[in-house]
Amino acid sequence: MLYDALIGPFTEFEFMRRALAAVIALSLAGAPIGVFLMLRRMSLVGDAMAHAILPGAAVGFLLSGLNLFAMTAGGLIAGFAVAILAGLVARSTGLKEDASLATFYLASLALGVTIVSIKGTNIDLLHVLFGNILAMDDQTLLVVAFNATVTLLVLAVIYRPLVIESVDPLFLRTVSRAGGPAHLAFLALVVINLVNGFQALGTLLAVGLMILPAGIARFWSRDLTVMICIAVVAAAVSGYAGLVLSFQTRVPSGPAIILVASALYTVSVLFGTVGGVVRQLFPGRHLEA
Amino acid sequence: MAALHFHNVTLGYDRHPAVHHLNGEVAPGALLAVIGPNGAGKSTLLRGIVGILKPLDGSIHLGGLDSRDIAYLPQSAEIDRSFPISVLDFVATGLWRGTGLFGGIGKAAREKILRAIASVGLNGFENRPIGTLSGGQMQRVLFARVLLQDARLIVLDEPFNAIDSKTTADLLALVKHWHGEGRTVLAALHDMEMVRTHFSETLVLARGPVAWGPTAEVLTPENLMVAMRMCEAFDDSAAACSADDARSRAA
Repeated sequence: MLYDALIGPFTEFEFMRRALAAVIALSLAGAPIGVFLMLRRMSLVGDAMAHAILPGAAVGFLLSGLNLFAMTAGGLIAGFAVAILAGLVARSTGLKEDASLATFYLASLALGVTIVSIKGTNIDLLHVLFGNILAMDDQTLLVVAFNATVTLLVLAVIYRPLVIESVDPLFLRTVSRAGGPAHLAFLALVVINLVNGFQALGTLLAVGLMILPAGIARFWSRDLTVMICIAVVAAAVSGYAGLVLSFQTRVPSGPAIILVASALYTVSVLFGTVGGVVRQLFPGRHLEA
Repeated sequence: MAALHFHNVTLGYDRHPAVHHLNGEVAPGALLAVIGPNGAGKSTLLRGIVGILKPLDGSIHLGGLDSRDIAYLPQSAEIDRSFPISVLDFVATGLWRGTGLFGGIGKAAREKILRAIASVGLNGFENRPIGTLSGGQMQRVLFARVLLQDARLIVLDEPFNAIDSKTTADLLALVKHWHGEGRTVLAALHDMEMVRTHFSETLVLARGPVAWGPTAEVLTPENLMVAMRMCEAFDDSAAACSADDARSRAA
């Protein structure tokens, strides 16, 4: 009975196995990126970028269908174009960077939806906006895994400057020039992982599997390494539970995954050992020292 | 050979000078206090020395020092204290020159880090997140990192601001220890008593140099008055400066 509910779908159906593999790959790469986004106070930047890359991904989608490689390339170009343009406008006009980014991502989102709906069908539009992890073919799965691998490798390379730049940017500037390149590489990783999440979760929710696990981790640890591990596990568990939920109840898979992650987040906010609500309401007697 | 050579240096922001036409040399191993009223350009000068700020005019020669031979302790470090990093890891970044991007931290390096933490009086704090430290403890941590940087030129911007006398005394002892090791130390300060008793050389700065030399000769009420009077005026429509080399002197 329990076997049928929890493991059965994956032994029985290949598309469920593929979806599970994809969601684990997404968790491994996306969750650490999410942790850094959160710690660098860029959570909403991730969200904005997710919308900003839509036109590029949409063009790739129209040119070569649901080819994740084309969509990744298009998304990267659009993402960087928006990030750089927003930065330029902010720097040359005195408009704050977040306001500038907001205008650009709204324009991008509108443009992307327009492009998809001009040439594609409503199904395509739904697909781009909300994804469909159950329709993952082998080639797409390989691209997802490839992107995840690249992400982890690059993250390993830029890890140290990225951490130091997050804590003490001025110090890094005095000892090294690695700060700027590390930041750019990190932005590229954000875009890569957003595009990677496209197929599974769509533009609107892709960032969810990055930020929610990071938010969860924040409530359980004060150590960066532990935080990253918790985030990865939380993302993978959400992915798995979301797939099971979606299989059993016919809730679409993408929203199901994000809903499970949100449920875990709620539990963490309430019962987390680091700053959780319950812990703050009932802290126990104060210590001796 | 001087550790530092200022050649008609003008530093500032948006073409407005904050340090105007500074000339002079700092000898290797000097213990130099930079004093002056708020807005005199002390921090700006130090930022110029460590290379964060490019001079608007003139040049600063580091006498063969690489930027990695400089340890800089900014006034209000833009440190994100909420970032989950332990005291040990944070101090360890001081070893950057040796470890760079990928170098590991072995047993010997770990010993070194622990010794640095111990020498600023923070034994037992190794695994505490930096977010849980008090202001004075954080300043001790920053000194421990400077210690590890093992730099030949140490630049401290108001290192004893808002720090109690015990911590100040401990950290001041470190500064004198660095001086004893032959390192060049520059510190922006505003505690005249401390400058008088502990620093051999002083630069009174008020945008331009007012006086520069042995502390006892330089730290006179007259010089300080002059420095105070050099207003902080910031003229939006100031004309381009043509002064060649107005006030300056070589030390």
